[in-house]
Amino acid sequence: MTLRPLAVGLATALLAVGALVLLLALTGHDPAAALGALWAGAAGSRYALLSATLVRAVPLILAGLAVAVAFRAGILNVGAEGQLLAGGGAATAVGLALGAAPAIVALPAALLAGVAAGAAWAGIAAVLRRRFGVLEVISTIMLNFVALHAAGWLVRGPLQEPQRIYPQSPSLGAAAQLPVIVPGSRLHLGFALAVAAGVALWAFLRFTAAGFRLRATGLNPFAAASAGRIDVAAVTTAAFLASGALAGLAGAVEVTGVTYALYENLSPGYGYTAIAVALLARLHPLGVVASGILFGALEAGAGAMQRDAGVPAVVVTVVEALLILLVLAADRLGERLRERAPAPAAAVPAVERAEAAA
Amino acid sequence: MRLQLDGVVKRFGPVRALDGASLDVRGGSLHAVLGENGAGKTTLMRVAFGLLQPDAGTVRLDGTPRRLASPADAIAAGVGMVHQHFTIVPAMTVAENVALGGRGRYDARAAAEVVRRVGAQTGLALDPAARAADLPVAAQQRLEIVKALARDARLLILDEPAAVLTPAEARELLTWLRRFVDGGATAVLITHKLRDALAFADDVTVLRRGRTVATSPAAATDEAALTAHLLGEAGVDTAAVDTAGVATAGVGRAHYAVATPAPSTPAVTTPAVSARGLSYVDARGVTRLRDATFEVRTGELLGVVGVEGSGQHELLRLLAGRLVPSGGALDLPARVAWIPEDRHRDALLLDGTLVENLALRGAGAHRGLLPWPRLARRARALVDRFDVRAGATGVRLPARALSGGNQQKFVVARELAGDADAAPPELVVAENPTRGLDVRATAAVLARLREARAAGAAVVFYSSDLDEVLALADRVLVVYDGRVRPTPAERDAVGRAMLGAA
Repeated sequence: MTLRPLAVGLATALLAVGALVLLLALTGHDPAAALGALWAGAAGSRYALLSATLVRAVPLILAGLAVAVAFRAGILNVGAEGQLLAGGGAATAVGLALGAAPAIVALPAALLAGVAAGAAWAGIAAVLRRRFGVLEVISTIMLNFVALHAAGWLVRGPLQEPQRIYPQSPSLGAAAQLPVIVPGSRLHLGFALAVAAGVALWAFLRFTAAGFRLRATGLNPFAAASAGRIDVAAVTTAAFLASGALAGLAGAVEVTGVTYALYENLSPGYGYTAIAVALLARLHPLGVVASGILFGALEAGAGAMQRDAGVPAVVVTVVEALLILLVLAADRLGERLRERAPAPAAAVPAVERAEAAA
Repeated sequence: MRLQLDGVVKRFGPVRALDGASLDVRGGSLHAVLGENGAGKTTLMRVAFGLLQPDAGTVRLDGTPRRLASPADAIAAGVGMVHQHFTIVPAMTVAENVALGGRGRYDARAAAEVVRRVGAQTGLALDPAARAADLPVAAQQRLEIVKALARDARLLILDEPAAVLTPAEARELLTWLRRFVDGGATAVLITHKLRDALAFADDVTVLRRGRTVATSPAAATDEAALTAHLLGEAGVDTAAVDTAGVATAGVGRAHYAVATPAPSTPAVTTPAVSARGLSYVDARGVTRLRDATFEVRTGELLGVVGVEGSGQHELLRLLAGRLVPSGGALDLPARVAWIPEDRHRDALLLDGTLVENLALRGAGAHRGLLPWPRLARRARALVDRFDVRAGATGVRLPARALSGGNQQKFVVARELAGDADAAPPELVVAENPTRGLDVRATAAVLARLREARAAGAAVVFYSSDLDEVLALADRVLVVYDGRVRPTPAERDAVGRAMLGAA
């Protein structure tokens, strides 16, 4: 069950690298030099690995888990970006307000504020769907823009730094900063949190009754309600909130672990890349940890490639997009092969259609 | 326009939905097509409308043989069809819905003009600018008819048009249809309702098991004669299933008819279910079930029958505890097994393993961790005991990989084998549990229901196949127009009650 998706993921990654080489060659770059720069930037040194790749991976993993848990429940939450910003904003506000408190209070409070704000932001979409039937694909993506502008207002208004010059918040005090876990690097406690969240989510989905209810609802809400007597509306709402909470945590961790302040462009699209991260992992929480690190490496390497080999960083975005297309194509292919295999299974729906029609 | 269908055969896998059906609709007449559930009425009309290609037989329009490869061909030839399930786009206006499928640029004014013209000619007035979703159901149906007429249909096929309407709306529609035909058009009306057919149609054709068994002018027949044709004589039917190597033609549905009916209910039993004045009103406000009072006793198999849409769907879900009554009292036992008609939609996680599908039962009430190793052992035991062919990978296989018969055997196993504490169900509710199954799987499923009864469960069994119910049931409850009526378990009486006859 867990091995096959891994193999598919690996194969797609290799294909994507092949496509990157082709793309580089076609645009007149030296693939070897470019890939070398990419590798150096992503994993070529202790600094690249710990302070660039893994640090970059933290928000991608957390937001990727947010997307995965929603998709597993059959909710197309594409609003991780907005929920992440809501989390970052709330964590900053609480972290600044508790500037004088000891770290044991200020840090958890800031992170919890981020979690709550992310959940609340997703909760808007949950209520819209439950009460008015608004598709979450629409509402969550719209709420992303609302969150972006709300963050812009925060850093020019109530949370702006005292000199009122830059659109950013004041810096968080040391008490509200996540500690570094590898001395001499920028790798902060958020990485451990992200990995722990991945393991916890995996165990939740795999072993608990509540996790099974979430998966069953995502697989077939009708059967979940009819055969399983599951309260599908309640499960859906809970999954919405959990997804928002994880994305909110991603924002809170980014603020307290990396930027130490709220910026309008706190996230370079982490919430959108997270969709790719989750899909590449086939929505498997442990896979999300791995694909989050892969995407972290790609994005860290992209900067180095642009700097050292003169290749525009945007080609990495092309590779990311290719990865998604390949994963989706592999899924379709798998379905086709399954459909073709057992002949009797295919005959039955036709019979049922005939009887239903008659 | 005259429509002639001759010797039409249509197979779906091993099932012959149409087995040489014929129909002759005279130009300028209203022709009613009658038949039980699954008799092939809709299938035949789908052939006439180009939605299905017949395996054999001919379609002639005004005497000319035609090959209708698609609905577009049929529309071009002047045939229009109003389906049982609406095909309008709710978000679009009436005019847009009518223009849909046309070619070239959409001209709002011209489209509105068409709606008004058809309305003036036929009396089916609609506001061209109204949103389809905002129309009441009867008006949505008018829109379906206007859509067909806007394409200059000269032959209109209506599939169970009254099913979604209130009695008053249905009468209004049929009165309109009569006038429409009197004005020179031709129409085919598919219906369950004998009285409607006799009151409004010029000619009546009865289909049974994919064949035309009677056709005559409405004036030359009556309810009793039609009922006899509709129900046929039990036992002489030819095979509807000609699967390779499983059943031989001619044996037909004997697979359950030959099974010895279990001896009647033991003398002293207690009611497992009791319903008093039970009613159910759906989300649209339509009363689906009214004032139902009955009991189901332990060790009893209660057969439920009814033509489609009579309220049996809701009745079974109320008994299974899947719907909450709108009124009345309903006492249900604690342990209920539920086998819904559409297993793909309501019973299975097709992409889940058999173990996960076993865990689905009772998933709503589980707490804490799920005992996966124990569930896996239980799933293996059920697969063995209930003869589910799950192949080499066994219970780790997704449900999708099983054949339909084995999927259903698994659902039956899950529901009948009881909860995790292995206590058997006190009530079994099965809705068309043999739908789409081959002879062997059908026999297996029915045998399990009889075992459940023998073990002391109260069993409620609905099937759209009347013979199947009669072969199995101790008592029969007929649902007609939202009312339940206990009926002697004999073919004639049940058949009449199903059609609303006294």
